[in-house]
Amino acid sequence: MGETVSTPTLELCDIRKSFGPIEVLHGIDIALRSGEVHALIGENGAGKSTTMKILAGYQPATSGKILLDGKEVTFDSLHEGEEAGIVMIHQEFNLAEQLTVEQNIFLGRELRKGWLLDKAEMRRLTRSYLDRVKCRVHPDTPVSKLSNSDKQMVEIAKALSRDARVVIMDEPTAVLTNREAGILFEQVRAMREAGTAILFTSHKLSEVAEIADQVTVMRDGAVVRACPASDITEDEMATAMVGRDVSDLYPKHREEAENELALSVSGLDVPGFAEGISFDLYRGEIFGIAGLIGSGRTEAMEGLCGLRPATRDAMQINGQDVSIRKPSDALAHGLCYLTEDRKLRGLLLERGMRENLTLQALPKFGTLLIDRSAEEKALDQAIKDFDIRAGRRDVKVGNLSGGNQQKLLLAKVMQSEPKILIVDEPTRGIDIGTKQQIYAFLRRLADEGHAIIMVSSEMQELIGMADRVAVMRTGRIAGTLSGKDITEDAIVRLAMGVGATEYGAKKELA
Amino acid sequence: MTSETTNSKQSGRALPSMSVLGPILALVLLVVVGALLNPNFLGAANITNVLARSAFIGIIAVGMTFVITAGGLDLSVGSMAAFIAGLMILVMNAALPSMGVGVPIILLGMLVAIVAGILAGLLNGFLITTVGIEAFIVTLGTMGIYRSLVTWLADGGTLSLDFGLRTFYRPVYFDGILGISWPIIVFALVVIIGEIVMSRARFGRHCAATGSNEHVAHYSNVNVNRTRLITYALLGLLVGVATIMYVPRLGSASSSTGVLWELEAIAAVIIGGTVLKGGFGRVWGTVIGVLILSLIDNILNLTDLVSPYLNGAIQGVIIILAVILQREAKAKG
Repeated sequence: MGETVSTPTLELCDIRKSFGPIEVLHGIDIALRSGEVHALIGENGAGKSTTMKILAGYQPATSGKILLDGKEVTFDSLHEGEEAGIVMIHQEFNLAEQLTVEQNIFLGRELRKGWLLDKAEMRRLTRSYLDRVKCRVHPDTPVSKLSNSDKQMVEIAKALSRDARVVIMDEPTAVLTNREAGILFEQVRAMREAGTAILFTSHKLSEVAEIADQVTVMRDGAVVRACPASDITEDEMATAMVGRDVSDLYPKHREEAENELALSVSGLDVPGFAEGISFDLYRGEIFGIAGLIGSGRTEAMEGLCGLRPATRDAMQINGQDVSIRKPSDALAHGLCYLTEDRKLRGLLLERGMRENLTLQALPKFGTLLIDRSAEEKALDQAIKDFDIRAGRRDVKVGNLSGGNQQKLLLAKVMQSEPKILIVDEPTRGIDIGTKQQIYAFLRRLADEGHAIIMVSSEMQELIGMADRVAVMRTGRIAGTLSGKDITEDAIVRLAMGVGATEYGAKKELA
Repeated sequence: MTSETTNSKQSGRALPSMSVLGPILALVLLVVVGALLNPNFLGAANITNVLARSAFIGIIAVGMTFVITAGGLDLSVGSMAAFIAGLMILVMNAALPSMGVGVPIILLGMLVAIVAGILAGLLNGFLITTVGIEAFIVTLGTMGIYRSLVTWLADGGTLSLDFGLRTFYRPVYFDGILGISWPIIVFALVVIIGEIVMSRARFGRHCAATGSNEHVAHYSNVNVNRTRLITYALLGLLVGVATIMYVPRLGSASSSTGVLWELEAIAAVIIGGTVLKGGFGRVWGTVIGVLILSLIDNILNLTDLVSPYLNGAIQGVIIILAVILQREAKAKG
């Protein structure tokens, strides 16, 4: 594919975009063709989002041309983009949470029979769209009750219902499990067969290699490479994105771990999510927790830290029995949790960096009144230590790129000086350069004698970073792997519940 | 869109200009207009009068600023004030035969007001945080309850403080130190403490975090429920304080005491630049909001340019304008 020289369905020619005097896109050319899957990759802040928004008509370009079927167009509003058959699926979903799946799919173009809504027909069509994406939710379910992956599927069903000619997806797989991503890709292929032009972004280069026909790599607001996917390897993609070699993504493992016990928990129950979780954690070690989304990983860790109700048979930190009922108990024992959801649970997006940085450790910054100059100093230090690139010091945190938000979140958690740090999806949705920095930081922390638990959906990350990996399935630890046994195959088997015993899984109590 | 390079130098100071300056400019404008329309406007008597009348709503509005900043709302404060005033009068009248007129009985009345205020605030807070009912609904309910209770206590009429007691208690509203009356002094103290707590203390930061995003607050070791509960208790306490200042003014309470105070307090908070959905609040802004509302009332009463009956309409326009101005300032920022 990609040999066709047909007119592109949608094309950007020498697009420039400035915010104030700052030019963020420096002459972008990109062509989406019917029946082609186009991957747009680059680090956070490379200009992918802005490019996509211009393509979809969300934002006007400062200069340059947009060609639709070879004819120049200007989209004055999002609506005109949709009229032209361009649908954009956001990372943060664009669904009305209180409405049902069916109401969402037909939102704004409800079918009518005379004056009344034609519910039967809408129901039938909704069912058929959902079937096409193999999504089993009931059309009457309110969207607020759906999981992220189901929401993603509903978004795609919505795009199908609009007979979109161009579908633009912003990191569609970021919230999906591998299996769900597989279903998504099947659907993407089906849309490609049907002649839709598809553009997507992803930080997972293996996906790009798997499904894309064309690859465009952006760096610092410019296209640095554009070629058929078959002409570029994953390594070359990463190198092009970062502008340097990133083969040393993961820092070196430690030669030998210490045997000093940092945390020991047995029989941790989090009602409705996890049961009978027991493990030991040693100082200087990175302990990975794998498992499918929904396997109770996050909830178990939140229960451990007193963030949600949980019971435990016994729990010791540094050999002492501890009782943790609320987050402050956990902090008092040097146990700290970094949330997987930096936007909804991690950071106050409307606030500045200083207030976010110190929120968790406010008592450190003055007893009666808050010492602002101490806060400013801490921010200086954090910006330096974590290489946070904010442009302006008083920027709202919501305007930072994902990578910088994650670094700030890490800095915030470190303000409470944890001895045991639990990081949940520490690199979700951030670029490879920032990932490398975060990995190096976590390893250094472990080398200094901290104990780290790393919950992650990315198996490569666990294999690259963890000294041991516990795999969770349906709320229990299905098995623990260490050293050379940590392989993708072994993790998947435990996570899916096949051949678990081979890997020395604990017996399930069932 | 303003240029980012010119902003970077003075951004932090220059950015909130409209939302900061707006209420101040409006206040200055009102003072100028008032002074031009009536020479007595800037007289000591009138200024004292305006400030003393502002004090009740003002003291309550400071508490309301915390409640709203933490993402809550309290509609019950007007009824609560009437109920506390009624309760205070009943208790003092009942204690009169045994205690006689004197400082102790006044202190008893004050204690009743403070305790009743805190308890009423805690009740609101408990229903909202622990039971988990929306603030609007809870306080709509308690608003009706307190209003009805005071009507019942007064048997549909007016509860009056004993005449001797009233004479003794009067100075708490009408006297003061150095010509500044007590309500103004108390109002000033409440504002100063409130402003420091809001902008400089941990509690203020926790309120803003809770109102901004309660999940983030929870994950950041902020006790969200306790923070909210304290804001309601604090508001209740301040309603009690306001009532202590209010009772000696008329020496009575009835079902029409404190009517619409809640809306005036909320309006003052919003005019002052606090965000209604929570996450950002400033006490000094609330003070300006209170003063703007009182001055409009005062100016209309002093001049016959516009009928004083249109007071409400003008206040309404100001509230809406304030929010529009804030939104535009935000969009630019």
